Amino acid sequence: MVYFKSHNIISSLGFTTEENFDSMVADKIGITSISDSRYYPEAFPASMIDENKLNKEFDIIAENYSNSNNYTKLEKMLIISVVDALSKTYVDIISSRTAIVLSTTKGNIDLLSNNNENTLDSQRVLLWKLGEVIQDFFSNSNKVIVISNACISGVLAINTAAMYIESGQFDNVVVTGGDIVTRFVVSGFMSFMSLSPTACKPFDKDRDGLSLGEAAGTIILSKFPDKATQNIIFKGGATANDANHISGPSRTGEGSYIAIKKAMNQANINPEKVDHISSHGTATPYNDEMESIAIERHGLENSPVNSIKGYLGHTLGAAGIIETAILLEEMRQNTVLKTAGYNESGVSQPINIIENTSDVELVSCLKMASGFGGSNAAMVISKV
Amino acid sequence: MNKLFVKKYCHIRNNSIYVDGELLYSDKEAEGLRSFEKSVYRHLKPSYNKFFKMDEISKLGFLAAEVLLSDIDTSSYNEEDISIILSNSHSTLVTDQNHQLTVDDYDNFFPSPSVFVYTLPNIMIGEISIRHKFRGENTFFIVENFNAELITNHINSLFLTRKSKAFLGGWVNQSEDDYEAFLYWVSGEGDFKHNATEINRLYKLIS
Repeated sequence: MVYFKSHNIISSLGFTTEENFDSMVADKIGITSISDSRYYPEAFPASMIDENKLNKEFDIIAENYSNSNNYTKLEKMLIISVVDALSKTYVDIISSRTAIVLSTTKGNIDLLSNNNENTLDSQRVLLWKLGEVIQDFFSNSNKVIVISNACISGVLAINTAAMYIESGQFDNVVVTGGDIVTRFVVSGFMSFMSLSPTACKPFDKDRDGLSLGEAAGTIILSKFPDKATQNIIFKGGATANDANHISGPSRTGEGSYIAIKKAMNQANINPEKVDHISSHGTATPYNDEMESIAIERHGLENSPVNSIKGYLGHTLGAAGIIETAILLEEMRQNTVLKTAGYNESGVSQPINIIENTSDVELVSCLKMASGFGGSNAAMVISKV
Repeated sequence: MNKLFVKKYCHIRNNSIYVDGELLYSDKEAEGLRSFEKSVYRHLKPSYNKFFKMDEISKLGFLAAEVLLSDIDTSSYNEEDISIILSNSHSTLVTDQNHQLTVDDYDNFFPSPSVFVYTLPNIMIGEISIRHKFRGENTFFIVENFNAELITNHINSLFLTRKSKAFLGGWVNQSEDDYEAFLYWVSGEGDFKHNATEINRLYKLIS
């Protein structure tokens, strides 16, 4: 079996999962209006990490690891995230039986700009190099396995990590992932006209696009259970392609439907046993509609659904990881978070979108993700 | 069917295409990847208008898949049982640089969605999926060098957990001054064993 051991979220709402979760329960929104021409000529809403806080936190860690090398913002976020998750479990990061899987869409893409003042090796913009930096920091002997598969990267990385443990390749896997808000990404999404002028409103009738966010997250998986606490295990996971369009989801939710079907088959679970769904919920008109169709096609319309993107925006390569961390915390506390930004349903299917944060007994839950390239992912996790 | 084999493989490098180690097409006159891809397209005549919208690296992956899958009966599999597991070292660096050029200077600011969308390596997987109607698993790994073990283990795990029955695996890379594609078809039949040693051997046949 594959056990979830510990987790972390580094975001505008805090540097631990608990801080993030508590902020969300208190209805704090991490998305604010950003006026900074380094990113975009006009103001845009995004969830950004305070660099002073980040540097302060990182300096303490670097001192403890006696490491004084230069690190980029994203590298600092990832390292702080992994250190915090490691501090909450007994997994040995140096062991050859421990692998690190890294999920990111664009890595250190800010280094590509001729406006950046960094003097780092130009190879640092390559994603495997980012993996090597993380590997070296933690003195792990295995090459970091880097997955870059658009917005499903995070869920796919967890699915892949679970496969490594199931197949006996590794005993423990540290899954970490992150992406930062850059001029590269903001300008790109702006050109797509897919950014909302306000904090995003997943599944709402007035939803008008996504909000970007930067975050890092870590999930540690192991073949060894915890003795002291209730264990949550990985039950099934899959990906599937729409084979329809590279930048828009299938109208019938085909890929998402297949991914959920395969994940539920592996988990050997019926729809009525799915207590809660953590959706991708980007708040673009097409994504949320597509997800509602995939959910309805599986007869999951009664299962309470949320999206946490109204709090932290779309954090790209971090999204699947931090959303799974929040899901694990929801399960631990038997609480489902409301969908921030949601007011009235704007999807065609009668799905059960959570309007108020409330207590619900959670045993088995479904995580969904979708992204460019027609990619979709699903994962089922359960208490044992 | 409880074992996997490599049925067919394809290399594209140095303005040449090789199938199962044999030269299929070459155009030494073509200058640069873009021009070579145009030449290959004219030779293969796939009549596929979406090709012209793709960035250079997606075209490279697309053309390698065209050649590889030309005489493979993929319709004998369910769409959702065919997976694509690819890798490279430079993600979409050249396309990233093209997009970056359009956003660096606010006095000359012209980001385009049709460039930006290609700044993700798995878009190539999407393009191949659309062309061949493959709806199975997708994963794009970024590794310093071709890593046969990583892909082979991934494919074996997906097969053993019954998530997929046939696979397009390989490596499609474009750096600032070079490019390379190596794709292979994995299923229940074929002449080559599906293990990392054998796939490394096939990869190194053309260098």
